[in-house]
Amino acid sequence: MELISPTEFAKETVQTVEDYSLLAGQSIANLFRHPRYFADMLQQADLIGVGSLPIVVLTGFFTGAVLALNSSTTLQRFGSLSLLGQLVSVGMVRELGPVLTGLMVAGRNSSGMASELGSMVVTEQIDAMRALGTDPAKKLITPRVVSTVFMLFFLTIISDLLGLFGGGAVARALLGMDWHQYWSTAWQALTFQDVFMGLVKPLLFGFIISTVGCYYGISARGGTQGVGRATTQAVVASSVFILLVDFFATKFLMAIFGYH
Amino acid sequence: MAAPPSAILERVPSEPQAAGKVIVFENVSIAFEDKPVLNGISFCLPKGESKAIFGVAGSGKSTILKLALGLLKPDSGHIYVLGEDVTQMSEDALFEIRRKVGIVFQESALFDSLTVRENVAFRLLEEGDISDDEIEKRVREALSFVELENTVDKFPAELSGGMRRRVAIARAIITQPEVLLYDSPTGGLDPVTSTTIVQLIVKQRDVYKTSSLLVTHRLQDAFIMATHYFDRKANEMRPLPPGTRSEVPMAFLILRDGKVIFDGDAHELAQSKDEYIREYIS
Ligand SMILES: Nc1ncnc2c1ncn2[C@@H]1O[C@H](COP(=O)(O)OP(=O)(O)O)[C@@H](O)[C@H]1O
Ligand SMILES: [Mg+2]
Repeated sequence: MELISPTEFAKETVQTVEDYSLLAGQSIANLFRHPRYFADMLQQADLIGVGSLPIVVLTGFFTGAVLALNSSTTLQRFGSLSLLGQLVSVGMVRELGPVLTGLMVAGRNSSGMASELGSMVVTEQIDAMRALGTDPAKKLITPRVVSTVFMLFFLTIISDLLGLFGGGAVARALLGMDWHQYWSTAWQALTFQDVFMGLVKPLLFGFIISTVGCYYGISARGGTQGVGRATTQAVVASSVFILLVDFFATKFLMAIFGYH
Repeated sequence: MAAPPSAILERVPSEPQAAGKVIVFENVSIAFEDKPVLNGISFCLPKGESKAIFGVAGSGKSTILKLALGLLKPDSGHIYVLGEDVTQMSEDALFEIRRKVGIVFQESALFDSLTVRENVAFRLLEEGDISDDEIEKRVREALSFVELENTVDKFPAELSGGMRRRVAIARAIITQPEVLLYDSPTGGLDPVTSTTIVQLIVKQRDVYKTSSLLVTHRLQDAFIMATHYFDRKANEMRPLPPGTRSEVPMAFLILRDGKVIFDGDAHELAQSKDEYIREYIS
């Protein structure tokens, strides 16, 4: 990378934020404009949802399992191992399920979108699409955003459930706990606030993953090398963005629900 | 993304001098990242004429075609396409103009996730209100024009470079546009395949009398176009009898350092005293 002056850097950053916001705003505005591409949405939903299922199942299960394993030593020290179910369920549903699913899907699909759209840019397919009277924002970006938000919501639920299940498996097989007791404490511990918080996050993360992936793809320049760069940047930016937004969303929702 | 500004107040009425001309460039300049590429160029494409644009790589030939379609906006100057100023139009308004202008991109730019059929039918499929039978019929027609009917179910990656170029031509002509823009249609092809492509361009020109802008770095392609006609009975390209001219006249335009240094017909080109041009055509 060549060195650039601070003012140049600031200018570029402002431009990037501006362009990204424009794209993100447009992707939503296009939902209310014709034509809408339902077939493309379904295709993307299949690619993102069904395609990501195996990794989400695996991460969910093992995160729950390792969470149970780690917490068990601490809980045992205080003689309150019976709280294990509660700890796993709140941890999974509020935080780990949404964030880890978001990060996994970011790694898989944000990069996928950046490289696909990036290749289309450098091979002039995006120009060709516009020349043939189709708005790439409507045909390519909006369907990806809608499908990612929608599918990430359900993937997160699946991941949460498998996390609980993984925790339960550890509780029973390694810690000799009662299966029934684990589940009932796990369920009872969940409040509306926890579930709400855990389900708002995937909506935000899905939006981040798809808009960041599409943004880096559509702004790719400079041949195949540029596409490679766009792909890496998309994963890095969407992952960091997810973690930042996670913190602020948690803080905000806690304030709303009056946690202290 | 290079999205054009959406808030265009009103459409500027077309200039009177644009009459009878399908494309007019008026003092158009554009720079990329402070590097000027076109520097106040003006030319026009009269209706029913073919114009070949020459220039070394990077001289802005592709940029001219993209400007004409409104895919890029110039920094200054005006561009009239079919009488309308495309520099002042919103993207939505441009879609109307683009229906009447076909383009063949440099590397074909076929959608590689779609089959040849879907590529060729793209515009019709997007417009929606056309029956499947009608679409199929028109796809077959367009593909038979480029003699590639047997590839409908293939994907672009399965085709050779020359075949991809022909599919791109089929995709551009399926709606019978009034103007065609070809971006280096023979670039990167072997001489035999190049001749096939030139023959198709001549066929398109003589059968449909379409006006066209043709970017090329091979002068001989343009000379073949100027000196041949398409014989529909024999279904092949033939040399024009000496002393006659093609029904669709051929003009030449040469770019250098962001300026138009030559704009005229083959005869004028041969007479030119400019050293750069002499070297170019020799
Ligand atoms: N979108 C773009 N961004 C930055 N530079 C560009 C862009 N398009 C073209 N250029 C630059 O403009 C110059 C002319 O490009 P082009 O019109 O493609 O030339 P050619 O005559 O070879 O077709 C080149 O130097 C190219 O690098
Ligand atoms: Mg070019």
